[in-house]
Amino acid sequence: MKITQISIFIENQSGRLWEVCNILGENGINIRALSLADTSDFGILRLIVNDPEKAYNILKENEFTVGKTDVIAVEVPDKPGGLAQILKILRDNNINVEYMYAFVERSGEEAIMIFRFDETEKAIEALNNNGIKTLKGEEIYKL
Amino acid sequence: MIWNEEYETLPREALEALQLKRLQHLVERVYATVPFYKKKFDEAGVKPEDIKSLSDLRKLPFTTKQDLRDNYPFGLFAVPKEQVVRIHASSGTTGKPTVVGYTKRDIKTWAELMARTFQAAGVGKGDVLQNAYGYGLFTGGLGAHYGAELIGASVIPISGGNSKKQIMIMQDFGTTAISCTPSYALNLYEVAQEMGVDLKKLPVKVGVFGAEPWTNEMRKEIEEKWGIDAIDIYGLSEVIGPGVAFECLEAKNGMHINEDHFIVEIIDPETGEPLPYGEKGEIVFTTITKEAIPLIRYRTRDITRLIKEPCKCGRTFVRMEKVMGRSDDMLIIRGVNVFPSQIESILMETKGILPHYLIVVDRENNLDTMEVLVEVSEEFFSDEIKKLQALEKSIEKNIKEIIGITAKVRLVEPKTIERSQGKAKRVIDKRSL
Repeated sequence: MKITQISIFIENQSGRLWEVCNILGENGINIRALSLADTSDFGILRLIVNDPEKAYNILKENEFTVGKTDVIAVEVPDKPGGLAQILKILRDNNINVEYMYAFVERSGEEAIMIFRFDETEKAIEALNNNGIKTLKGEEIYKL
Repeated sequence: MIWNEEYETLPREALEALQLKRLQHLVERVYATVPFYKKKFDEAGVKPEDIKSLSDLRKLPFTTKQDLRDNYPFGLFAVPKEQVVRIHASSGTTGKPTVVGYTKRDIKTWAELMARTFQAAGVGKGDVLQNAYGYGLFTGGLGAHYGAELIGASVIPISGGNSKKQIMIMQDFGTTAISCTPSYALNLYEVAQEMGVDLKKLPVKVGVFGAEPWTNEMRKEIEEKWGIDAIDIYGLSEVIGPGVAFECLEAKNGMHINEDHFIVEIIDPETGEPLPYGEKGEIVFTTITKEAIPLIRYRTRDITRLIKEPCKCGRTFVRMEKVMGRSDDMLIIRGVNVFPSQIESILMETKGILPHYLIVVDRENNLDTMEVLVEVSEEFFSDEIKKLQALEKSIEKNIKEIIGITAKVRLVEPKTIERSQGKAKRVIDKRSL
């Protein structure tokens, strides 16, 4: 199951990250998970939010450079070796992880990881074949 | 197609004889009628009778844009005001506008030169020309208008702007040719896309583009998006307006300069010394037929190169390459001449579109540094850091390969580079020398 991630180009300047979050907050967008990747000049903020379509449009209206990417959300057993088990499946199927980050919070027996693959379909298939659950967009956005 | 076979294919010798006769007549006339020229010639110690051959031209002093400003508005006019039937002016972004006038005969000459231009682009009787150059003080609109009417094309004098209407008229009136600035052509393409109109399905076959410097990459982009031939033209209001030089459809390689009306030189912008054919320098014009405001050795500040090899279209006029930039824009970085247009070409090649950019030149430890800020549009953006870094690296590599200097490319957020209403500001030079 693919879910939509919003990514935003941000120059490394104080206050820019706040501006993004503030615009989203004022428009009732709730951030479910995030990751910030950066270089010395710029960063890319990646977000999973409750309403990706709306968030995308609002950011565009505010003249941010924003992109939409398909990522997948995977339930990872919250115990030692849980993530390794998932990564082994990927390794065995020759699938490369472009990047990954953890979901902010969830109470329960499973943690949730967000993965970005270059071959998303192939990754979903491999995980599902090995009994790993990938979450639907609606499930994630509403969490 | 050649509009004026007799003059446009004149053998070199006859052309030069004609130029000399016209030049001698002009020099006598301005010496007698324009105090500014009399004073300048006297200071340079040259009399009209000293012009015995074309090479004597270099004895005459240059005329600059500043001279036009100093004599604002009509001080350089060589005829009484009652003979002036039209007045145009440049935008005057950096001060008072430069004012130019036309007699009845000047208007006729101008129409003839633009008729040559359109005919060379394959536009003729039976064509429907949508003229989207601005009408008004700017010379583009009316210059193109009179020329197109002279060849018998049906002219739509729509002027610039109002883009949705432009597209509607293009569809409804069966436009076959368009004239406007190249950047407006790309703008119109975007509007057509928003309206769901495929320009390639319209009968437009050719565009006649000028009034701003543009690159061959931009030509390719326009030709692909519109499905037309894009023809380059050159002119400046001081010399006459559009119609100074034009490309032909057959070769699309350099613009034929209307040498029966303008004598052209290429000079070293630093020393003012004339350069031989084929060398890059500042292009200088002497208007040998203009009545109202003739100019002697007018320094355009435009940097280009002349092509003397005969063109396959049969015209004998010398050609000028696309303008590479302006001598006042030229940067010397670590001894290398760099024009913003070169950076522009490299950026266009990278993604097929031209992002907003800014060149920042500075000096660190006595060494020039160049940084190119590039706005990240959606076409450039990726959610992966490594792709963005690869983009920076590939632009840096191309700059190194093509221009030969090391530059740092930095991606910045959209709209962070200042927009200007007129010509874009592309360079910030922080060096204090």
